[in-house]
Amino acid sequence: MGDAVSQSPAMTFDNDSAHWLVQARGVTKSFGDGATRIPVLKGVDLEVARGEVLLLVGPSGSGKTTLLSVIAGILESDEGDVRILGASIPDLSSSEKTRFRRDHLGFIFQQYHLLPTLTAVENAAVPLLIRGVPKQDALSRAEAMLGSMGMGERLNALPTRLSGGEQQRVAIARALVGDPKLLLCDEPTANLDGETGHRIVQQLHDIGKQPDRGVIIVTHDTRIFEFGDRIVHMEDGRVDQIQHGHKELR
Amino acid sequence: MNYVALKMLFGDRAKYLMLLAGLTFSTMLIVQQGSIFWGLMTWSQSGITNVNAPVWVADSNINQVEEIKPLADTAVTVVRSVPGVEWALPLYKGVQRARLPNGNYEQIALVGIDSSTLIGRPYTVLEGKIEDLRSPEAVAIDQLGVERLGGPKNIHLGTTFEINDHRVRVVALIKTQKSFQNFPFVYTTYERALSVTPEERRKLSYVLAGPVSGVSPEELARRIHEQTGMGAFTEEQFGWKTVRWILKNTGIGVNFGTTVLLGFIVGMAIAGQTFYLFTVENLPQFGALKAIGASTGMLARMILLQSFTVGCIGYGVGVGLATLFGLTAGSGGRLPFKETWPLLVGVAVALLLICSVSSAISIRKLAKLEPAIVFRG
Repeated sequence: MGDAVSQSPAMTFDNDSAHWLVQARGVTKSFGDGATRIPVLKGVDLEVARGEVLLLVGPSGSGKTTLLSVIAGILESDEGDVRILGASIPDLSSSEKTRFRRDHLGFIFQQYHLLPTLTAVENAAVPLLIRGVPKQDALSRAEAMLGSMGMGERLNALPTRLSGGEQQRVAIARALVGDPKLLLCDEPTANLDGETGHRIVQQLHDIGKQPDRGVIIVTHDTRIFEFGDRIVHMEDGRVDQIQHGHKELR
Repeated sequence: MNYVALKMLFGDRAKYLMLLAGLTFSTMLIVQQGSIFWGLMTWSQSGITNVNAPVWVADSNINQVEEIKPLADTAVTVVRSVPGVEWALPLYKGVQRARLPNGNYEQIALVGIDSSTLIGRPYTVLEGKIEDLRSPEAVAIDQLGVERLGGPKNIHLGTTFEINDHRVRVVALIKTQKSFQNFPFVYTTYERALSVTPEERRKLSYVLAGPVSGVSPEELARRIHEQTGMGAFTEEQFGWKTVRWILKNTGIGVNFGTTVLLGFIVGMAIAGQTFYLFTVENLPQFGALKAIGASTGMLARMILLQSFTVGCIGYGVGVGLATLFGLTAGSGGRLPFKETWPLLVGVAVALLLICSVSSAISIRKLAKLEPAIVFRG
């Protein structure tokens, strides 16, 4: 990991929004007040290009998940700016952020967070239902998405009847069914065996390589580093190193 | 998202059934107790409703229909002299003792009505003719009287029994609304009622009056009171006066009110707690929905839909069970059970309140929910 090839970018935005999907500048975030105040992000700069798969790695408490939450607009930063598709996330109102997430972002959570009383296909259809897509249309699109992920035989299974890998694939289908530009993944392989994790990250990589999309994956899993176009190392609330192309670093 | 909300509700079978049970129990308890209460209040007014007269004139200090303060015989003519009175007739009402053919005694509510007009007659005659009350020794007896005095085998048209040692003969079987005291009603003419009852200085219980065309009963009652100083009430006013007296002077109101309140509180507690648990246990899922793009408003609508759906089902089942109870336990008028639409509307409003408060607790929790919790492994 010692071959750092890039320093943090400058504190100004590159206005080439045709190239950058995400640009974060000087993001800070602390929790608590007064003496118990804990700074978690200490001026993070980061960008994700279109068609890029970016891995965010680092020890626990380094601020990876907090950064992911700030980028997603579900956590307010104290300072700094985050732009996605040219839109400044901190400038959006709460309801605008909600709409922005609904229309442009996809999420994959470590714990999947599938609705336990909904079948696989219904879970995958949720983002479309949130957008107000008619139920039948939403279900058929979700069915097609699950089918493309090899889940065609498990459409009507409840999450409790699915293996971890299958649940994660449903979660990926849910994240992708709305055709998001940016996919945010939190430890997507943490609960999966090596082979399943490898297959799922391959799918995420293929999605991220599409020209107008991008993927940010928070992970501890060194087995999936080969899939990242860049690997951003965080340490103590800061970007410590950025590696370009893991394979070529070997 | 209505589809998702309903699947979340019905999919969690244990909590759904717990919610349903709480709301059903609450509804059933309120409807059942409310219906019995109103049935009792209806019974308490039966002395008025069975007689069916537009205006009742009584002693000015009268409190309720069963508390009879006899008037002077001249009261009838005094009332007739009031402008707007088309007719005014005497009514006897009192509890007397009937001796049965087998020697047993039974208390009865004796009603004496005007023999020429028969105003105050019962609504329904089951057997015989009410006009036959004008014949000697004639009385009409209600269904409870038939039952109490020996059943249809022993009490039928032509049967004789005694009231205060005066022989009377059944010429008609009638249907009446049961009374609060649960005494059988026996109808006869006013004159015969006076002749079979013990001597008193005054025996005129009430004066019944009817207005001329163009004068309302309320207006007539007001005029009679103003010009004679006697108490004068429309049928409805007298009924409510009786109900108010009972609520004030007996423990019935407090008793039933407490039970109804208990039903409300139990429903509120179970529904509120279960909904809250339902929300808390699904917080990560709700957080995920928020992160994915569901607004707080959308989640609030989902919660409200879940709440009102289970509320509607609970209401239906609860009202159904209470009605079934009324139809079985209260069949044949054995139990005072009167399920009225205002009661059902009132219970629906109460349930709406329960559902709204329960939802509000959960919505408050969801409004404060940070979607960022979904990233905390």
